Amino acid sequence: MIRSEVLKALVPVISDQLVVCNIGLPSQELHLLDDQPSNFYMLGTMGLASSIGLGLALAQNQKVVAIDGDGSVLTNFGTLPTIANNVADNFVLLIIDNGSYGSTGDQPTYAGKKTSLAAVASACGCEHVVECEAEEAAATVQAALDSKQMTIIVCKCESGNIKVPVIDTDPVVIRDRFMKEVKSRNSS
Amino acid sequence: MSVNEKIVADLIKNRVEFVTTVPCKQLAGVIDQIENSDEIFHIPSNKEDEGMGLCAGAYMGGKRSAIIMQNTAIGVTINTLVTLIQYYHIPLPMLISYRGELGEPVACQVEMAVHTKALLAQLNIPTYHFHKADDVNELDAILEYCFMCKKPVAILTDASFWKGA
Repeated sequence: MIRSEVLKALVPVISDQLVVCNIGLPSQELHLLDDQPSNFYMLGTMGLASSIGLGLALAQNQKVVAIDGDGSVLTNFGTLPTIANNVADNFVLLIIDNGSYGSTGDQPTYAGKKTSLAAVASACGCEHVVECEAEEAAATVQAALDSKQMTIIVCKCESGNIKVPVIDTDPVVIRDRFMKEVKSRNSS
Repeated sequence: MSVNEKIVADLIKNRVEFVTTVPCKQLAGVIDQIENSDEIFHIPSNKEDEGMGLCAGAYMGGKRSAIIMQNTAIGVTINTLVTLIQYYHIPLPMLISYRGELGEPVACQVEMAVHTKALLAQLNIPTYHFHKADDVNELDAILEYCFMCKKPVAILTDASFWKGA
């Protein structure tokens, strides 16, 4: 399975959750598969999906799923100690690890070589770290949501991309729509 | 009321509940005050762009946020300021220690100081420079302005300001 197939399998699990989605193809794929006001798409700023997701989880009560990539986590490695030391039990960080920088032409990352992101997350102090195969992604994310414990999931999948259109929605519209959804879920 | 107490009081008055910090010697006192405040959640970050991501998330979760950092961080965060904070219209007060100004003992700090205001001007970031202790009296209005216009706003605080504090 490649990332777009993992996302497709995840849709029934995450469609009703607050989702912060990584820059580039992951956001474009999710936008194409299941555009929702509860999705925040990153149009820029590689590496910050986990940070935005943690900030959001700490600031309100609804569950938050941040969909990140191995390349993006490598870009913002400092995020893992921050996550470990500021536990938000409504936060699930899903790192889709295809061992490559998918949006830029599948250049290999170190996570596809010697570096284990799951081992790094554990070493940083994250208490619930799960590694799974692509086929297990949906069940693993569902279990993490049900556990009500902050969970870091490293989901291994194959490298590869489908052709998807860019997101042309204005960023302020994405942000405003998302904030209204967050507010309404927290007040109901 | 000390300058540090005044800064924290103005943050609370403007309903800032989520503050991330990357330390600087000049900021040690205000960071301590933030850490000890019951009204503000303090989350140290490892790098300032990460901190801005945390602030953006908290803001979307309904909590006003702010970042406290050194001016060297302007070099680290230009992409994040432009493609996240400005692009999505997220208000972000940035309380910045302005190292490399008069009284600076470390020559290397001057190298970033000479670019600080030019970079902020290039980014069209409203910038305020606190040089005397009394300048802190403008902070309340600056915070109000920041959340009104939903922009990043820089408050540069130099060694003379902290010396008089």
